[in-house]
Amino acid sequence: MTEERSHLTVTNRSGVSVVELADRKILDELCIAEIRDQLSKLVANTDGIKLLLSFKSVEHLSSAAIGVLITLNKQVAEQSGTLKLSDIAPQIYEVFKITRLYEIFDIYDTAEQALRTF
Amino acid sequence: MTEVDPDNEATFRVCVIKSDPQETEIPKKAIFQELQRCRFCEDAQFAVKLALEEALCNAVKHGNKCDPTKQVTVRYAVTPEKAVIIVRDEGPGFIPEDIPDPTTPDRLPLPDGRGIMLVRAYMDEVVFRDHGREIYLMKRRQ
Repeated sequence: MTEERSHLTVTNRSGVSVVELADRKILDELCIAEIRDQLSKLVANTDGIKLLLSFKSVEHLSSAAIGVLITLNKQVAEQSGTLKLSDIAPQIYEVFKITRLYEIFDIYDTAEQALRTF
Repeated sequence: MTEVDPDNEATFRVCVIKSDPQETEIPKKAIFQELQRCRFCEDAQFAVKLALEEALCNAVKHGNKCDPTKQVTVRYAVTPEKAVIIVRDEGPGFIPEDIPDPTTPDRLPLPDGRGIMLVRAYMDEVVFRDHGREIYLMKRRQ
């Protein structure tokens, strides 16, 4: 029997749920599905959630992982919440540039900068 | 171990896997080891990893539709000059030109459809063969 492990570290900082993605690589199907489920559960439990997603530990991600972020962004908006992203490594930010997703996400260099804007 | 030549597909190493996302770890691991052995720079390794992930995911999920009776064949040659990877599925194929641009305003909010765009952006050469059943990827080391 396989046990689902947590891919997220969640801390509350002044009313903002700061989620640090624990995986260095967000590539494989199972990992992405588990992250999607864990984030979705977190958002579903809090109307008007203020959510900051930190990519500090992330070195790789795939288009499927990007799909999860887009779905999450929509879910947060539907629940009158706010989603911001931070600490995205230059190589990964390039993925956001190529796909022009920087246009739909609110992205900050650091978590501290993002926290000041909620 | 026999020499491989990225310009001669007859010399490529071959890895055949089932249409199971877990199985894609096998060719990924073998190719990543080769990239390290040939001292590909960090950016080039990032590019190949991303493109290979997308190509394998497309082959397993969209090509073979995770059909356990179908296989994905990965052929590759990595040298200090360049890496060439060919991923082939047994699906019905598709017309690459028909894949819509995921960056248009109407498609930007959609969660899918960015894989091929990323592959094209990160590799130095991408060729679709046999009506999309096979994708040829090439990345120079630097």
